[in-house]
Amino acid sequence: MAKQNEIKFLTTQRIEKRPKKFCRFKKMGIRYIDYKDAEFLKRFLNEQGKMLPRRISGNSLKYQRKVSQAIKKARQMAILPYVTDLLK
Amino acid sequence: MATENSLQGYELMLIFTPVLSEEDYKNAQKKYSDFIKDNGGQIVHQDAWGLRSLAYPIQKKTTGMYYVLEFQAPSELNAKLEIQMNRDETIIRHMVTRLDKYAVAYNLRKRSKNLSTENAS
Repeated sequence: MAKQNEIKFLTTQRIEKRPKKFCRFKKMGIRYIDYKDAEFLKRFLNEQGKMLPRRISGNSLKYQRKVSQAIKKARQMAILPYVTDLLK
Repeated sequence: MATENSLQGYELMLIFTPVLSEEDYKNAQKKYSDFIKDNGGQIVHQDAWGLRSLAYPIQKKTTGMYYVLEFQAPSELNAKLEIQMNRDETIIRHMVTRLDKYAVAYNLRKRSKNLSTENAS
């Protein structure tokens, strides 16, 4: 049985480096997240209408809190649903 | 506290029952904007979205008449406003949010953008 390091591949195994995530708010200088703007907030929700975690949305902590506050306000005012299927 | 207590930026959003007729909707808006004016507040901007479908049914209704009002007011006005809104049964949901300076700048920019697109188109 060939040992692990003896196996040679034809092409070198290239683990593609995914692009560095950035906080879109810092980059574009957005300071206020409007809870009335459903289209923009939908980018931070998954299909079931649940909020995306920071590691996926790539937001910094300060803006992730502002986004979650805005989403909760939008849900309260029935602009965004609490739970749904096929939100997009 | 300063003699003339400082005016805070607030944004009030109301959802009226969809069964409201047009002029009831109008004078309901007027009622609240006048209420704010005579209690020492100033109206910055008001925006009636009209009939919109709700994301989930509230009180068995799936649509509602939205109304957004941005105003400057002394801080104790909200308590009175709250009583008014709870008493008024045509309102199915209301929310008052405090606007910090970025929010006020955002609303201003948004309005000026709308105006420019309006007279542009």
